[in-house]
Amino acid sequence: MNKTFEAKDVNLAGINSSLLEVNIGPQHPSTHGVFRMNAVLDGEVIVSLKPVMGYLHRNHEQIAENMSYAASMPYTDRLDYFNSMSNNLGYALSVEKLAGLEVPERAEYIRVIMAELTRLINHIAVIGFLLNDLGAFFTPVLYAFREREKILDIFEEISGSRMMCNYLRFGGVKRDLSPAILERIRGVVTAFPRFLDEFETLLTKNEILCMRCQNVGVLSPELAINASITGPLLRASGVNYDIRKVDGYSVYPRFQFKVPLGPKGDVYDRYYVRILEMRESLKILDQALNTIPAGEIMSKKMIPFLKSPRNFKPPVGEAYARVESPKGELGFYVVSDGTPQPWRYHVRAPSFINLTILEDMCLGQKVADAIIILGSVDIVLGEVDR
Amino acid sequence: MMYFGEGVVKGMMVTLKAFVASYFKGPEDGGLFTVEYPEQRLPEKENFRNFPFLIYDNTPDNLRCVACDICAKECPPKCIYIVREFDKDNKPLKRPAVFNIDHTVCMNCGICEEACPFDAIYMDHNFEIASAERNENLLFRKDKLLKSNEYFHKIRPTDATAIDERRAAAEAKKKAAEAAAAQKAAAAQAAPKPAAPGTTTPPAAEPPKTV
Amino acid sequence: MEALDQIFVSLKQGILNAAAGFLPAWTGPLLSVAISIGAIALLGPVTMMYLTLLERKVVGRMQNRIGPNRVGKWGVLQPLADGVKMLTKEDIVPARADRLLHLLAPLLIVMPALLVFAVIPFGKHMTAVDLSVGVLYFLAISSTTTIAIFTAAWASRNKYSLLGGMRAAAQMISYEIPMVLSAVPILLASQSLSTHAIVEAQGGFHGLQWFIFTPWGFVAFIIFFLCGVAECNRSPFDLPEAESEIIAGFHTEYSGMKFALFYMAEFMNSFTLSGLATTLFLGGWQGPFLPSWVWFFGKTYALIFIMLWFRGTLPRFRVDQMMNLAWKLLLPLSLVNVIVTGFWFFVNPPLAIGGSIAILWLSGWILVRLNQSYLPEKRTYQFAD
Repeated sequence: MNKTFEAKDVNLAGINSSLLEVNIGPQHPSTHGVFRMNAVLDGEVIVSLKPVMGYLHRNHEQIAENMSYAASMPYTDRLDYFNSMSNNLGYALSVEKLAGLEVPERAEYIRVIMAELTRLINHIAVIGFLLNDLGAFFTPVLYAFREREKILDIFEEISGSRMMCNYLRFGGVKRDLSPAILERIRGVVTAFPRFLDEFETLLTKNEILCMRCQNVGVLSPELAINASITGPLLRASGVNYDIRKVDGYSVYPRFQFKVPLGPKGDVYDRYYVRILEMRESLKILDQALNTIPAGEIMSKKMIPFLKSPRNFKPPVGEAYARVESPKGELGFYVVSDGTPQPWRYHVRAPSFINLTILEDMCLGQKVADAIIILGSVDIVLGEVDR
Repeated sequence: MMYFGEGVVKGMMVTLKAFVASYFKGPEDGGLFTVEYPEQRLPEKENFRNFPFLIYDNTPDNLRCVACDICAKECPPKCIYIVREFDKDNKPLKRPAVFNIDHTVCMNCGICEEACPFDAIYMDHNFEIASAERNENLLFRKDKLLKSNEYFHKIRPTDATAIDERRAAAEAKKKAAEAAAAQKAAAAQAAPKPAAPGTTTPPAAEPPKTV
Repeated sequence: MEALDQIFVSLKQGILNAAAGFLPAWTGPLLSVAISIGAIALLGPVTMMYLTLLERKVVGRMQNRIGPNRVGKWGVLQPLADGVKMLTKEDIVPARADRLLHLLAPLLIVMPALLVFAVIPFGKHMTAVDLSVGVLYFLAISSTTTIAIFTAAWASRNKYSLLGGMRAAAQMISYEIPMVLSAVPILLASQSLSTHAIVEAQGGFHGLQWFIFTPWGFVAFIIFFLCGVAECNRSPFDLPEAESEIIAGFHTEYSGMKFALFYMAEFMNSFTLSGLATTLFLGGWQGPFLPSWVWFFGKTYALIFIMLWFRGTLPRFRVDQMMNLAWKLLLPLSLVNVIVTGFWFFVNPPLAIGGSIAILWLSGWILVRLNQSYLPEKRTYQFAD
């Protein structure tokens, strides 16, 4: 069975086996992007499942080798196009590590605020799309997007663009936050818990959701650790690993927050861990907004390079920096050879690594469940294919 | 859970509340969130960053761009194409003859705005440029890109006023430096000829030391 | 008020009288039948068209957005635009498909949907045909929809369509049984199968003595309504019509007007099922002050609103969970309900009320406990530092 079949082309007379190979094709019923799964079915049950990716490969890493470091920053926005600020943060951290730059305090606080706002918008959108896969006909999606719109409007005011923000620079941020913007962020943060409560009333104890999601797609902690899974997927299986706590990058060690862990590792746990993480993000945002210091927003060493990025030459060496993006561990590995263009630039994308475990989670489940398991892994094709 | 189906019923109450609220309440309280474009529009944000445009000061001939090619070099997808203008004797002028931006390539990153040393190119708010075919209408040449400083003030007032102040301060400083240099030159010239009648510059007793 | 109530009846009578002036006598009954058929043929499709618009607007409002409002004010002409679109689409028949069956399936599914309009009492004296076995006719004819769905799946010559169609057929068959059994208490109470008699039996207390206000009526209504929603293939039981795993179910291979017929059948089914539920449980056209047809349509549209509400809120069941629900929960409950109805009529009032409620609550609780795997588990989430 080497040929792959489209669902509608199957000729009844020609099939001699009881195993059926089916293409859950690049055009998806659900909205995760161009992604293909080759599934082999025995009746209803999945016997093997291979993810096929690469439909959105855009040569991101190769492009970065031909342009200056700062010119790659807009391209990192488009990696994980839902969370552009996290990608910017990862890249900025890695180049700052390479060049030995110090970031002023106010800029660090602004970065943390942006990263946590990004976590909020990602998690509600993911929950919305998970419910879309379950068949709830867009209602949770639209409620989630209503809240997302408010945060995207803030991003537009600060950085100029809703999704492709290009806001962080090496050594700081591009533009300062006025007190009016801080008030608006505070308004969003105070209104969000009420929305989350309403969202949970709609979803968390819903019997149909529980029936569909509990004990489906269980991932054991040992398998997760062995397969280098990170992010909410890992924490839902009960492993305590959050890079904000482990590495303590930026000013995260100054904030009090907890890391929610799930008991079982099924789809329902992944959904609920994301809701709990959103509540923790709200705590971080609250603390950051209350204690943000006044000051500068750009490191002194980098100010001359703002007008002429093509002259920025970090010293020879390599650096790897990672952030806890909403999907997992996002890492940037940069090697410099003293010229304005990087010698090698690699992105460790969490969605790509998390997809390797898809087959193990789906074995023994029905086909209808494969779609929601994929929805709970939370992939974004821009990251998977780069 | 009190009875089987309680979660479902509570969830349905949430939807019913949204249904009723959509008739009476606005976007902030969980009501109708739709803005019927193009009859209604959301207010424009000042920092909104869309395609670039070139600034001129009073007349389109007075454009600030000097065709230094820095924005074309910095542009990540290389969507800017500049050709410097030459006069009749083939001497280079400080103006572009050709300045094309390909809007199908431009990714609205704003790096050209940051890199320009002459405050000549800024990001516009114009996003309604959809057209039926690609090559004629979406390659913006110099005439379509030139917009006045008043337009810039209209769309981005705080940035425009800050830039104008900075340029005015730089102008003033340059003028002051020039005036001081001219004064120094005139004083140096006037020093060997003391008490020349009719000169308006005060005679300097000793050569000035610092400027 | 009486005149307003009987306005359609007097309209029909007026036409017959006018026609009797210049037509022979034997055309009288024929003309009467023709007028009824004409009214139903007008009512059915128009109702369906505006139900599609109502669905889009109601679900849109639940999602904080306006539904269609560009074509005509409030989107009133949107169904006409949709109709034109469906008519002008290319009619694709798969190459190896059985052409006769492929053509026949949409017709087979629309006919029962239209036929059952005949026994629904739209108002006082406004039933098209007052059969003495109205309810039996309704339930029998609406069961033939299953054959049509299976025909559609078979005729497509597509293995996945067949799978989806078999699943749809299984769903419809398994939800027929609790539906019929939950209608049995009503028949016991009103002692007749005719829809007219059932509505008349709910006439006490100024027209407010509906069967839903009794314990057995309430439980029967819930079971009947859930089974009706499953029969119409609507959310949350819409596995056959929505993306059934990776395929679109039994109507994958249909396009254009044939698909429109399937769609029409689904909406007309939902209207007639709500109509029957109103007749059996909510008192049909009974009600004080307002004309009878206003009451009937009001109650029916309230039930349709609940169906749309389900669609806007709930995710979909999986196949095995759906079958479990029908066979292990609804069927035993409806059997117990029949017994409780007998108990109610056999025993004197105070004990009857308390006893019925107690028995029904107890049996419901037992059944839910027996199906423990459905209940959401209580989970505790730890927080680490």
